[in-house]
Amino acid sequence: MTDLDPALATFAQESEELLLEMESALLVLESDPSDSETINQLFRAVHTFKGSAGLFGFDQIVAFAHQAETLMDQVRNGERVIDDVLTSVLLEGKDHLSELVQHFLATPDAPLPEALHAQSENLIARLNPEQKPANQLPTEPETALQTEDNANFAIDECWLISLDFQQDALRNGMDPLSFIRYLLSLGEIQQILTLYPNMPDGQDMDPESCYLHFKIAFRSDADKKTLEQVFEFAADDCEIKILPPNARVKDYLALLDNYDDHYLARLGEMLIQIGSLTEADVDRALKQQSQYEQEAASQEAKPLGEILVEQRVVQKPLVEEALKKQEQTKQKLTNESNYIRVDADKLGRLINLVGELVISSAAMNLIVQRHGISDAEDVAAAMNSLVNSMRDTALELRMVQIGDTFSRFRRVVRDVSKDLGKDIELQINGGETELDKTVVEKINDPLTHLVRNSLDHGVEPPEQRVAAGKPAQGRVTLNAYHESGHIVIEISDDGAGLNSEKILTKAIANGLVKPDQTLSQQEIFQLIFAPGLSTKDKASNLSGRGVGMDVVKRNIEALRGSVAVYSTPGQGTTIGIQLPLTLAIIDGFMIGAGHEHFIIPLSLVDECIELDPKECQINEVEHYINLRGNALPYLRLADYFACQPHQRDHQRESVVVVKFGQSKAGFVVDQLHGEHQTVIKPLGKVFENLKGITGATVLGDGQVALILDVQKLIETAVQRSRHRFQAQRPTFH
Amino acid sequence: MSIQLTDNAQGIGIRIQQEMTIYTAAEQQQVLYEQLRKGKNIQIDLSGVTEIDSAGLQLLLWLKRESGRQSLQLRLTEHSEAVVEVFEMLDLSKFFGDPIVLAKQRTSS
Repeated sequence: MTDLDPALATFAQESEELLLEMESALLVLESDPSDSETINQLFRAVHTFKGSAGLFGFDQIVAFAHQAETLMDQVRNGERVIDDVLTSVLLEGKDHLSELVQHFLATPDAPLPEALHAQSENLIARLNPEQKPANQLPTEPETALQTEDNANFAIDECWLISLDFQQDALRNGMDPLSFIRYLLSLGEIQQILTLYPNMPDGQDMDPESCYLHFKIAFRSDADKKTLEQVFEFAADDCEIKILPPNARVKDYLALLDNYDDHYLARLGEMLIQIGSLTEADVDRALKQQSQYEQEAASQEAKPLGEILVEQRVVQKPLVEEALKKQEQTKQKLTNESNYIRVDADKLGRLINLVGELVISSAAMNLIVQRHGISDAEDVAAAMNSLVNSMRDTALELRMVQIGDTFSRFRRVVRDVSKDLGKDIELQINGGETELDKTVVEKINDPLTHLVRNSLDHGVEPPEQRVAAGKPAQGRVTLNAYHESGHIVIEISDDGAGLNSEKILTKAIANGLVKPDQTLSQQEIFQLIFAPGLSTKDKASNLSGRGVGMDVVKRNIEALRGSVAVYSTPGQGTTIGIQLPLTLAIIDGFMIGAGHEHFIIPLSLVDECIELDPKECQINEVEHYINLRGNALPYLRLADYFACQPHQRDHQRESVVVVKFGQSKAGFVVDQLHGEHQTVIKPLGKVFENLKGITGATVLGDGQVALILDVQKLIETAVQRSRHRFQAQRPTFH
Repeated sequence: MSIQLTDNAQGIGIRIQQEMTIYTAAEQQQVLYEQLRKGKNIQIDLSGVTEIDSAGLQLLLWLKRESGRQSLQLRLTEHSEAVVEVFEMLDLSKFFGDPIVLAKQRTSS
């Protein structure tokens, strides 16, 4: 799809988004079929999709989407009920639409292949199984106030007023009757009910307490505010609910329709403005809402609209209409303003330019310093900080939330767990965590593999889970968070955990490990990433497909990331992927070893120490530094990279302590140059296999500095020191 | 005496000759409760009720319910103008079910 005409490309992208939206809505509906908001969302997605397909004259797509839309409309109106079967068909329908789109994008003018056509027909037939009798949703009784004998007056034109006086009302000097008398001055009581449900029996009835409740059907031209004012004095001692006449609902709906949609109002605000509610109503409902929240902290907060209807101060259709209006406004606003679609290439170019700018500004700084031009120094400093923020902003442009990537896995989890006959729930945390789009794209495949792995190998079949005393439903969790300049993505399952003995036996059998080797738990777990090692006795079609674990690890390392495995037998496995946030520019820490300059990503630097014999001693024989009583593996960079030696006699060495994940090491260097904005330039093919180096950067004076692969170097340092410790044992690598 | 009682074979007659308001409710309830406990039908003459408010109304509602519970008959008679006004306003005549005989002509609302 490289040479699509731009409009078609937009359609391609838009349809992909809409299809994704449909999918996620369907998956929500699968677990909560009554979620009307999601049903609306689904309907809108289908509707918009149909519309844009129509623009391009993709009639077959329109025809199919139309069927789906009709169905959704029925669901929305309560004529059909969404059930598992229906969502399944709709999900298939969504896949089918996606295929149709692919077909038309590839060959816009070719007729529809027979197979796709047949599939369309089939799905349409399944969407409408002989027009099921409309599943009548129970219609909510309009209002509880309505009484049976309303024959002689039109209750539709009446205000329904409910007054529930509190027990202290009389003692506080209220006389409920006087309010009703006053009310009579504003209109006519069509019907009134006097109730006293809380009055105690016999002598317990306290004649000075008030037990009276009134339900009044009241005919009046006054507006709600005026009516409410009647009871203003009683407000503290009486629960007052005033429901506008049903006949007025029409007026209110008309008002809502004309409601100014240029800014997003809250539901309460809207209803107050059209006059169907008063502020007091909304305040009460809000109070009730927060009370609900306190009572049931774990449960979902009850929507305001629902509470208002429940409190009988407003009719349901009004709330629904207002919510619809609100949603429309919201959509209009988002469509109007917030986003610009930008070609990813253009963005890439911008970021490259910013990178060059960073280098040039470093060069300028250098010259300013070298020539000691004091006037220019201020300007240079100001520009430097501008360039810094520009770099950050430019990189932010490419930052996307990982949530979208995560939610794609809902479908994977659903389908795979069905195939496997397991019941697995996917939980997503930290979806709002941001990282570079290029990283997101590259992490997708490894992530898919790891999730499939968790589903297949991690979570046990339901019977086994129940036998182990766990809930039958398994859970896979995707979690993301930021940690010191990196993003950590975790894939956890609550399955059986890794069997380290089994892994070790297998690894020894495969010759990956020698039988006499001692490995730490973490090293054993890392073996699952070794090529040719499957932890499962029988290979399934899931694990056999696509990339293997070794490829997963390689892909992640290619992104300068790392993988860690944590597992507790019987409780589950967590695989943590640590990735840099961006691949383009980092804050670096520049050091000198011999005549060379090196860059360490600043986020990995733990501390810098002068190699002072009093504070820390180097143990050359056993190859560690004694740092405040702790043994720290170290690497002398100048030796490691065989740099031309500096005159070391009069210069003190320094130690840069670096930390990656859990492991630490010290790099012994000759000079510390301080922070440096580093534009990462990938190394060419020739240098691809260099150990300990991930990239290079150009310094202000034109020199090249190499960027250290801290992770690898720490490993090397750890191995060396261990090598000395256990010289008799061969090193595992 | 503001409440006059008569007690005979047909039942208890109560004649309330004062206002029925929050100020008198406690006292009136005491008297009414005592009569209720006798388990006889009750007839109340309301002609002397010069004023009735929510508390007084409540008392009548209470009495109606309590007597109903004991399957006693409660009859309200000779409603004064004040009582009629409240009963009309709240549409309670049917609830009490007693014929309202008007002593004086009243103005319709």
